[in-house]
Amino acid sequence: MTRKQIHLGAHFPGVNNTTVWSDPQAGSQTDFASFVRFAQNAERGLMDFLFLAEGLRLREHRGRIHDLDVVGRPDTLTVLNALAAVTTNLGLAGTINTTFNEPYELAKQFASLDHLSGGRAAWNMVTSSDAFTGENFRRGGFLERSQRYERAAEVVAVVRKLWDSRGEPVEHHGAQFDVSGRFPLPPGPQGHPVLIQAGDSAEGRDFAAAAADAIFTLHGTLEAGQAFYTDVKSRLPRHGRGEQDLKILPGVTFVLGDTDADAHEQAAHIRRQQVSPQTAIAFLEQIWGRELAEYDPDGPLPDVDPDVDNVSITRGRVRHARDPRAVAQEWRDFAAAHGGLSIREVVIEKTGRQSFVGAPRTVAAEMDLFVQSDACDGFILVPHLTPGGLDRFVAEVVPELQDRGSYRTAYSGPTLRDHLGLRHPHAPLTRQESA
Amino acid sequence: MSPFTEARMHLGVELCGAGRHPGAARWARIDPAALLTPAHHVALARTAARRGLDLAFVPDTFVDDVPVLEAVAVAARVAPVVSGIGLVPAVPVTHTEPFHVSKAVATLDTVSGGRAGWEPVLSRTPAEAALFGRKPAAPPDVLWREAADVVEVVVRLWDSWEDDAVIRDVATGRYLDRDKLHYIDFAGEFFSVKGPSITPRPPQGHPLVVVRADEPAALPVAGRWADVVRIAAPDLDAAAVTRERVRTAVAAAGRDPDDVTVLLDVEVHLAEDAYRARADVAELDVLAGALEPASVRVAGSPSDLADLLGRAVRVGAADGVTFVPLVLPIDLDAIADRAVPLLAGRGLFRTGRSGGTLRARFGLTRPANPFAAVNR
Repeated sequence: MTRKQIHLGAHFPGVNNTTVWSDPQAGSQTDFASFVRFAQNAERGLMDFLFLAEGLRLREHRGRIHDLDVVGRPDTLTVLNALAAVTTNLGLAGTINTTFNEPYELAKQFASLDHLSGGRAAWNMVTSSDAFTGENFRRGGFLERSQRYERAAEVVAVVRKLWDSRGEPVEHHGAQFDVSGRFPLPPGPQGHPVLIQAGDSAEGRDFAAAAADAIFTLHGTLEAGQAFYTDVKSRLPRHGRGEQDLKILPGVTFVLGDTDADAHEQAAHIRRQQVSPQTAIAFLEQIWGRELAEYDPDGPLPDVDPDVDNVSITRGRVRHARDPRAVAQEWRDFAAAHGGLSIREVVIEKTGRQSFVGAPRTVAAEMDLFVQSDACDGFILVPHLTPGGLDRFVAEVVPELQDRGSYRTAYSGPTLRDHLGLRHPHAPLTRQESA
Repeated sequence: MSPFTEARMHLGVELCGAGRHPGAARWARIDPAALLTPAHHVALARTAARRGLDLAFVPDTFVDDVPVLEAVAVAARVAPVVSGIGLVPAVPVTHTEPFHVSKAVATLDTVSGGRAGWEPVLSRTPAEAALFGRKPAAPPDVLWREAADVVEVVVRLWDSWEDDAVIRDVATGRYLDRDKLHYIDFAGEFFSVKGPSITPRPPQGHPLVVVRADEPAALPVAGRWADVVRIAAPDLDAAAVTRERVRTAVAAAGRDPDDVTVLLDVEVHLAEDAYRARADVAELDVLAGALEPASVRVAGSPSDLADLLGRAVRVGAADGVTFVPLVLPIDLDAIADRAVPLLAGRGLFRTGRSGGTLRARFGLTRPANPFAAVNR
């Protein structure tokens, strides 16, 4: 039996503190040249797709635009269409909100991208419902949080009807939408663009099992990954789908060095770059729910307790769901247990998201282990530098993965469905898959 | 940019599927599937750019008999590989989100290196409204009033980032000078938008705004916002009247009419001579039903087309034209390779290509940012 193959997505560095802007090597986050360089490098590394995130309202902290992280993104679909001109095989995945877009235009936009890229389009569907983001849109914050997935599922149902309509009139009347008319485009080369779902909640898992081709999840331990993998894949038969029909791709970071020790040293340096003194305080303020500008980032954690009623200090990003007082106590205990860590040191240790650290061979072996032991089907790589963040991975880890027999040495077909080993949407399950 | 003081015309071309005539694909034996490939659009834009045409218009609509790709997507797909021509997609504004439109056009400007424009278009029909199911169709005066608000929001969102907002100040840990980002706080009759944009100000500041102003309700929008105005007219005298109306509307909005370029649509089918060209059009009409001219039409030789453009300049019918080829790519090939050299020879069109931004081609500077002015 052939070895399970690793799938790789390349996440263009995002607008959060994972992306290091203070490094001398950090280039523009918004110039098209940065996207071209990043995408062409991902293609050189034979990756399945480039991935663009999107947020539709600039983050705010203490009532003002958050200014400590990278800010600003070009329009997702416009960048992807332009990148289609300067790449040949690379899949082009864009994050587009199901709440602040209508199904008819979504269907047309993604069908257009699929035609114009020769079958390389993917849509990462995100669901949001916050009134904060809604202030930028016609309907405002119209959607109850509890209806996010109801709307998303209906969006997908309508969009698929339109993609499949082949000039016949479409009628859809549901709780969220009343859509009727003709869709002006035949299906693109992929039939349906690849659908990616981001989110780990039970609702998100069900939605992914029913509707998505790939799931963008969070990386945990090997065991946590395996549990998630088993859970999600076991939901597929219920929807008439096989195990190969949904790829599980955690987002991961990586730090490479000449040796493992060198990599760990660099990783520590990057974590300090990611958590500047000001960023450390801002993180703390998110949890404490109060202004802490007077505290010394190199001094101890505040004695005061979090203000649990102030839930809106940071807006436009995912909030900690846990009780802030419990988090504060945990952080204090952590600081004490490690010989009295400073605020910045605690934030670095508690928020650092470095998944794979080591020499290229070490990282390749570890990633392969995750895939071969069914903790995932591959990864969405989140580098910390724009635009060169993938350079070393492509030059040094990709050949190691190839040597292990776990990664392609050439693209096998023109479309993203080919890369991901996904069926054409109307192809039947193979006997082996349905067994 | 009065035609009387400046001999040089501005020339655009509409790149519409197999051409404006519904029989074009069958007549030219073009596989309809080929019309959806990137190669088709890239080849057309290259031809238009080859002889230095100023603009390529990419039409868009939600309802049509022929397959229509999203125009911004087509323009973006073409931009990195075709240089030296402005790219102006039509952008439906009636059922779409102004916030999305603003960042899409800003980004087209980025990926094209400052060659983007956009033409807001209305979705007028109940059939289009039913595709969205959000609101009923509305009469033109309402739709144009809404379009004016959309244009205002789009432009203000472009301005919501000052050019030097990104500071990367390691000492203070700040990536951004947030005093240089601005809420637009727009609240109008149809919608409200908070801002700022998620996308920095585009290279041109304001990508070119193109407004079609054939109907009275469009004139205030053109007068207030347009850099380029498109008109259609049955003949040159009628075009001259419409052009004057546009210039009056521009003046009424407190702007200099010479800052606004009026382009007349000219439907084109070229052959060796007028006899042959008309015979072709008759064949096309038989294939797919007659296409009534939507504006001045030249079915004739390249020199017939050049003659018409010379007359258009003399009678003040337009500051330039938008060629609307009846059959693509053959009419575009003939326009670029045969008619444009004639126009250049007659001093009606500049020779050679010109670089720079699309605004610069139209003699427009990069606009100051009003938010920045307030800040000082």
